[in-house]
Order: sequence, then structure tokens, then C-alpha cells
Amino acid sequence: MGKAFSKPEVMTDNYTHYCPGCTHGIVHRLVAEAIDELGIRENTVGIAPVGCAVMIYNYFDCDFQEAAHGRAPAMATGIKRVRPDMMVFTYQGDGDLASIGMGEIIHAANRGEKITVIFINNAIYGMTGGQMAPTTMPGQRATTAPAGRDTAQTGMPIRMANLMSEIVTPGYVTRQAVLKPQMVNKCKKAIKKAFQYQMDNTCFSFVEVISTCPTNWGMTPIDALKWAEETLLPYYELGDYKTPEDA
Amino acid sequence: MAKVLMKGNEAIGEAAIRAGCLNYFAYPITPQSEVAEYLSKRLPEVGGVFLQGESEVAVGYMIFGASGAGERVMTTSSSPGISLMSEAISYIAAAQCPAVFVNIMRGGPGLGGILPSQGDYFQATKGGGHGDYHLLVLAPDGVQEAVEMTMQAFGLAEKYRNPVMVMGDGMIGQMMEPVEFPDDLKTEPTNKDDWATNGMSTRKSKKSNLVKSLFLDPAELNQHNLNLKAKYEQMKKEDVQYELYNTDGDYQVLIASYGTMSRVCRTAIDMLKAEGIEVAMFRPKTLFPFPEKQVHDAAVKDSCKCVISIEMSMGQMVEDVQRCVMGKKPVEFYGECGGEIPSPEKIIEIVKELIG
Repeated sequence: MGKAFSKPEVMTDNYTHYCPGCTHGIVHRLVAEAIDELGIRENTVGIAPVGCAVMIYNYFDCDFQEAAHGRAPAMATGIKRVRPDMMVFTYQGDGDLASIGMGEIIHAANRGEKITVIFINNAIYGMTGGQMAPTTMPGQRATTAPAGRDTAQTGMPIRMANLMSEIVTPGYVTRQAVLKPQMVNKCKKAIKKAFQYQMDNTCFSFVEVISTCPTNWGMTPIDALKWAEETLLPYYELGDYKTPEDA
Repeated sequence: MAKVLMKGNEAIGEAAIRAGCLNYFAYPITPQSEVAEYLSKRLPEVGGVFLQGESEVAVGYMIFGASGAGERVMTTSSSPGISLMSEAISYIAAAQCPAVFVNIMRGGPGLGGILPSQGDYFQATKGGGHGDYHLLVLAPDGVQEAVEMTMQAFGLAEKYRNPVMVMGDGMIGQMMEPVEFPDDLKTEPTNKDDWATNGMSTRKSKKSNLVKSLFLDPAELNQHNLNLKAKYEQMKKEDVQYELYNTDGDYQVLIASYGTMSRVCRTAIDMLKAEGIEVAMFRPKTLFPFPEKQVHDAAVKDSCKCVISIEMSMGQMVEDVQRCVMGKKPVEFYGECGGEIPSPEKIIEIVKELIG
């Protein structure tokens, strides 16, 4: 009898370092399944960010490069331009991509780099210990916003998928979540589609994933999922924001 | 091949192509923008990659990515741009990837000016980015050497898996000189199987490769730094380059000078010789590794009364000269850094003051 379900070939046997209830593990798994199903492992290079996912290369058995804070899209550009036959993806958090790396992501998208960006939005800085991110919600507490985010001082949370969809150059921009099984399934389809667009040399692709950070939110994993659904999803609306067919 | 008349910046671009580098990422900055302008036309003609990045910060990581993927790659910039790239340079050195950076120096600090300077000596040889690392730094004295050193730089970067900087200045970038492109400096990229992230399918082992600079285990990080140090020690043994000028006779003064400044000093030395005053020059062609023994040996010669470092800066290389002369002779300094290059007459005046 054949196996109905098994670990993706591109994933290693290592235990991940993520906190209990963190959804990075789910997204890793979805990326791994997409790589396996598309049969691209031997031709793929991932870019690890700075932040919680910096050691993503410990969990994937394919080539990886580690970027500095925010620079993953520039590094991916360098690889893709000199090796257009390779599949290049970045995996970045919200501090990395929406704060320090805002310039790099916007310009990589605007150039239409044929890369795939997986963007984890959990509305806080994780690795550095719960400081305010550009995506932190109004009133949400963070170690650098102990009374809650004051939008009069810090502006409103940045909606990256919305912003990215304003770029005229063709691209695939979607916002997904991994808070419930049906959302996970949809997210999987989006990630696979994002890689497919790259395989077909169609366009830049960007998948924002609404995720949780129970540790820095100070919640149980269950409460974190509930809070994300009630607080983040109304502001960070899910769905496709742009497809190359729109252009 | 016959000599052709070329502007320094354009010759550097052509040299890269002739050395086998077909990948170039850059951001414009005076006085070296002609490299990008030249290569934006030339690289597509030879099937290469030209991309103007959105900033020097981004370009630094485009270089890192391309280099990590095992391809030969170069960028060019000028002082404030190199400052912005310094973060990436530290990462590339840490991750042990080969890449070539050309710095056509202009006056600083800050925006400074757009005229020639040698004010980036400290940045290039002592750091620039964070952490314990070194670049191998080549300092040409004109367009011909800029071509030769640019061509050499790729082989050296690959030999050491380390960034190499070719450090000229605005004068070398902007002036036109007859130049010849030597065929014997063409090199081939070395085997990347052990480290480059160019796809598992490219290598026999089918092992995945990782390019990184994070070592959270203190013992591992310490060992990593020791490995880097061993590489820099190897550079000191195998790749020091220098020139000695007029050192055969009994010289009273030894001038230490490099790059454009050394050409002015050479003229001054010839003029002094005509007056019967013997002065010699030590010119480092590698600023790192610094030719430590060579400057020491030239300084301690009996006839030599003192050493003077003459620079288009407020005194940077002079610290290396002092270090190497080890107090055995007095070491003086003269420098200007407004963008004007000191004249031979000024050098003659300084030397005459020194010898009384």
C-alpha cells in the first residue's frame, strides 16, 4: 500500500527552532510541497532573510543564500539575472520586507524580476523580541510601543499586498493566511501558482501570508489564531490583488 | 594588440569584459559613471548582464547574489557609493564569495566633492564594513594599470574567494591614455562545486550548498574568523605587489606614495635628480596586503635620512608606513585633499625642506 502523505523531499529531518504555535512551520511546509510538486528542487535557490526565518536553510535541502536585513530581493535579483534558468525565491518577514527592505522589494517588483517572494506578516518583529513593525495594528502593544501603537506618531500599518498591486509592471500579488485549514489550502495553491509564474518566466510573484506570533503577542497559540482572524483579517483583506492577466 | 586611446573609466569596463566578467550591476556616481554608461552598451553586445540598481545598497546585494551563484561579477562606484556598499562588502567577505569592486575615489568626507582624492585608504584597507575582514586592494597609477589590475582582480577574487577592490581616483577615471589589453591576464572561473549556490543539478555530489555569514556558536564563529585570518596571511605571502623607483643610488629621502600621487612624485624625483638631489620612491601596488618588508628595507638604507608619505588625504597610508619602518627612521607626512593634486614643484619644495 502506497503512502498517502509524507514529508516533502526537499525538507530535512531537522527540528525547527520556531516557537510553539508559530505558523512559519506551516508556510515552510507549503513552500516545500510546491517545490516538490513542481520538481524544481535541484534548480532552486532560496534567500534566507534576517529575522525568525534566518535559519530556514536548516529545514530545506536545496541551495540557499543568506541576505542581510531587507536585501533579499536585491540578492535574488543578482542571482536571477546571471542565472535566469534557476528558480529563485525569498522568504521574508514584515520587519525585513516592509521596513528596512521596502526599497528593495518595490524596485524588484517594478523591474518585474522573475522571482517569487513569500512574505510573512505577523504584525510584529519576532526575532528581535516583539518590537513594533510597520504592520503592527493601531493600539497593538509592542516592546517599543508599550502603550500600543500610536498612529499619530507612527502612521498606519502598511498593507504591502495593496501597495505592491499599484505597481504597473505585470506581477502576481496575493494575500493569504494560514489560520485555518481551508486558508492553508488556499495559501498552498497561491504559493504553487507563484512558483509556476516564475517557471513560465511570466512575472514577479508575491505571496503575503497572515501569520501568528503567540510569543511576542503574549497569547496562547489558540488565542493568537483567534486574534489574528478577528483583528488582522479585517484590515489585511485576503485574496488576489493582482495577476499578470490584469495587465 | 595595438594600443588604443581610452578614458580610464571606459577602459576599466572593457578590461572586465576581456577578463571574462559578463555581469555588472551598478549605480551612477561621479566621477565613475562612464563605466556604467560604457557597459550598458557593451555588455548586451557580448551577451552579458547589465543592470542599474536602485541604490548602492541594493547593488551590493545584487553583486553578492550573483557572486554566490558562482558567476563572475563586478561593480564600480565612488567614495560615498562605496560607503553604502560597505555593508554588503562585509557580508560578502564573511560568506567568502569572489567579487570585484572598483572605487574611483573622490574627495570626502560626506558628499565632499567630485575631484580626485585618496581619502578612502582607511576604509579600503582597515574595514569600511563591520567585523574582522580585509579586501585585497589594488591601487593603479594610471589607465594601463587600471586595466591590468581590473583583469587581475577576478583571478585574485576567485583564488581567495574574497572581494577584491581596485582603488583608483577621479583622475585615473577621467583621463585618457593609450592603453593595451593584455591577453595573458584572461582567467577562467574556478570550480564552484563546493560552495556556489548555482543549483544542485550542476554538481556531481548533488549536495545542497549554502552561502551564509551567521555563526551563532561562538566557537564556530571564532574558527570562521581564524580561517579568514589565515587567508589574509596567505595574501601577505603570495600577492604583495609594489614598485621601487630610483632606489639604486644613495638617496637621502624615501617618498612613499601610491596611485595618481605617485606619478607626480616620480616627476618631482626626476627633476630633483637633474639638480643632483637623490630621492627614491616606494609605491605599494597592493594597499592590502601592504608591502611591509619592502618599505622597511628601503627606509633603513644608510643614506636615507627620512621617509615621507605623500598622499591626497590628510594622512592615512602614513600610519602603515610608520608601522613598517618601526621607528628606525623619521616618518613625515604631506597631503592635500581638496581635489587639487599637489604639483611636482610643491613636492620638490617639501623634499628640500626635509633635507635642509
